[in-house]
Amino acid sequence: MSLLQVENLCVGFDVKPRGAWPWTPPDRLRAVEDMSFELAAGETLGIVGESGSGKSTLARAVIGTVPARSGRILWEGTDILALGAEPRRAMRRDMQMVFQDPLAALNPRMTVGQIIAEPLRTHLPKLGRAETRNRVGAMMERVGLLPGLVNRYPHEFSGGQCQRIGIARALILEPRLVVCDEPVSALDVSVQAQVVNMLRALQRDMGLAMIFIAHDLSVVRHISDRILVMYLGREMEEAPAGALIGDPRHPYTQALISSVPIPDPAAERARARPVLQGELPSALDPPSGCVFRTRCPRARESCAVPPVPVLRHGARHLVACPWHGPPAGPEAEAPAGKGGE
Amino acid sequence: MSLLRIDDLHVSFRTNDGTVNAVNGVSLDLAAGETLAIVGESGSGKSQTAFALMGLLARNGTANGSVRFDGREILGLRPRALNAIRAEQIAMIFQDPMTSLNPYLRISEQMTEVLRQHLGLSRKAALARAIEMLDAVQIPGAAQRIRMYPHEFSGGMRQRIMIAMALLCRPRLLIADEPTTALDVTVQAQIIQLLEELQREFDMSMILITHDLGIVAGSCARTVVLYGGRVMEEGPTEALFHAPSHPYTAGLLAAVPRLDIVQDALRTIPGDPPDMSHAPPGCPFAPRCAFAMDACARMPPLVPRKAGEGSWLRACHADPEAVR
Repeated sequence: MSLLQVENLCVGFDVKPRGAWPWTPPDRLRAVEDMSFELAAGETLGIVGESGSGKSTLARAVIGTVPARSGRILWEGTDILALGAEPRRAMRRDMQMVFQDPLAALNPRMTVGQIIAEPLRTHLPKLGRAETRNRVGAMMERVGLLPGLVNRYPHEFSGGQCQRIGIARALILEPRLVVCDEPVSALDVSVQAQVVNMLRALQRDMGLAMIFIAHDLSVVRHISDRILVMYLGREMEEAPAGALIGDPRHPYTQALISSVPIPDPAAERARARPVLQGELPSALDPPSGCVFRTRCPRARESCAVPPVPVLRHGARHLVACPWHGPPAGPEAEAPAGKGGE
Repeated sequence: MSLLRIDDLHVSFRTNDGTVNAVNGVSLDLAAGETLAIVGESGSGKSQTAFALMGLLARNGTANGSVRFDGREILGLRPRALNAIRAEQIAMIFQDPMTSLNPYLRISEQMTEVLRQHLGLSRKAALARAIEMLDAVQIPGAAQRIRMYPHEFSGGMRQRIMIAMALLCRPRLLIADEPTTALDVTVQAQIIQLLEELQREFDMSMILITHDLGIVAGSCARTVVLYGGRVMEEGPTEALFHAPSHPYTAGLLAAVPRLDIVQDALRTIPGDPPDMSHAPPGCPFAPRCAFAMDACARMPPLVPRKAGEGSWLRACHADPEAVR
């Protein structure tokens, strides 16, 4: 049985248009629409998508910081959404989160020791002081921080070190799932590599399941077992990391991959570079049927009609496109509309 | 002759915590029509180098050294003299297009202001020229949309507007400071392609400032690598990426995860970037460098990698063959 199973999850927000009357019904922003995925213990699922694709909202809904509108989230077979507040809180002990902006995620008035110990105090209030101190010290060492720094404040640390503190805080309860929301995108390349390697090592040692959200496909590929591609709140494609990068079937995944610059001039020159035209449509007024069709080089009239079938390509490869296939030749990649939005 | 020549540029800031030396003797050369990448991590001084030559340093900052544009010294010029060069000769685009545009003014007002000020065009002629330029950066429906406010555009469209504004007076040099960092990858690819096309069309030189080695690989002929306010290595992009001769360049290239290669663990550079208010006296990279030696306590000079190889320079005591 999988550790986490998400079925047909929908998350939405009510948005009042500017200047609307008080009695005007709000618009509904469908941030996440009909998402389903599974996560086994010890597995890493990467979620990629551009800004506004709903990847952070999806993760927050799983953790429970954003309410889900419908669907089921099964944690070892138990539907979390059907639980009351108290059992759900107990369950949270097993799910922790690491945030994007390492400094903003830490309380500036707490010392590093207090920050890392806070989850222990919340979930294990009976733990003695000495035991708490021991666990904090051991955790700091595991994430590569000198335990002697325990009484320092966050502003005394660099960005990379702050992210280590955030990771220590997330792991101190020995959770079974960690959600990392863009954990390295605020860090410099040289420091990013340190944090990515450390996350991988910790994950292996502790047998953690991980949801790793990032817009940088290269980082996600490096750390994930499976990758889920989102666009405008919908699932486009999901596959084992190697298959998704090596044999992308969905036109959006293909466009995303070809947009990632490769730091090697020779490889960069050799690549065909079909540039995707246009930008993400508004989530308040998404295109009907397949949401990607307004930018899709393979779009046909029938794409405007829902539902969009999710097809299986091999055992573990899902594609939400009836016209999916290997990247097309140059003539088929010609942009449908120029510069349209 | 070179279009832009920076010699021994120093930039420092007075702060409450003491003096921060952001740029410590950067020298570089740019020929007409050339594209140069300045690569570095945060705090490497890449942006401050550009700000100094544009006369845009914050008030507590001072710049020393020499910056010659077209043979004329422009560092420390009075604002009036500098204004004739900015926009008309050198234009700059910034990372965040929203903070660079005035949210209270229509695009038309912001664009025509430049033309009326610098070229003395009439209101009508300026508007026509501005629309033409929006067309050039591929904004659909330019004639109508020029009446809109910045917030009515998406991030990618705003960056196109910034580029259009920068090119209004047909500058000879465009400095792009992290032009795509705030954008999504698919939009980033559009903007990079657009910049390449425009550079050819307008016959400009370009300096691309970025932390993203992938962008550099695809679009720049020559690369300068900065660290701790100093030039570590400078050379033809292709050769430099293929066989970096400075430990920092090599480390940086190895630390980037690559989409086209399966890697087990990423190679890392130990430690953190230097705190520029207490920068070490010698090579700023020495504390993190695997090749560090006693000689590194003094900054090595920027010299040709091999004797007689004038286009590839490095500042390192270590043997270049050992570094790769």
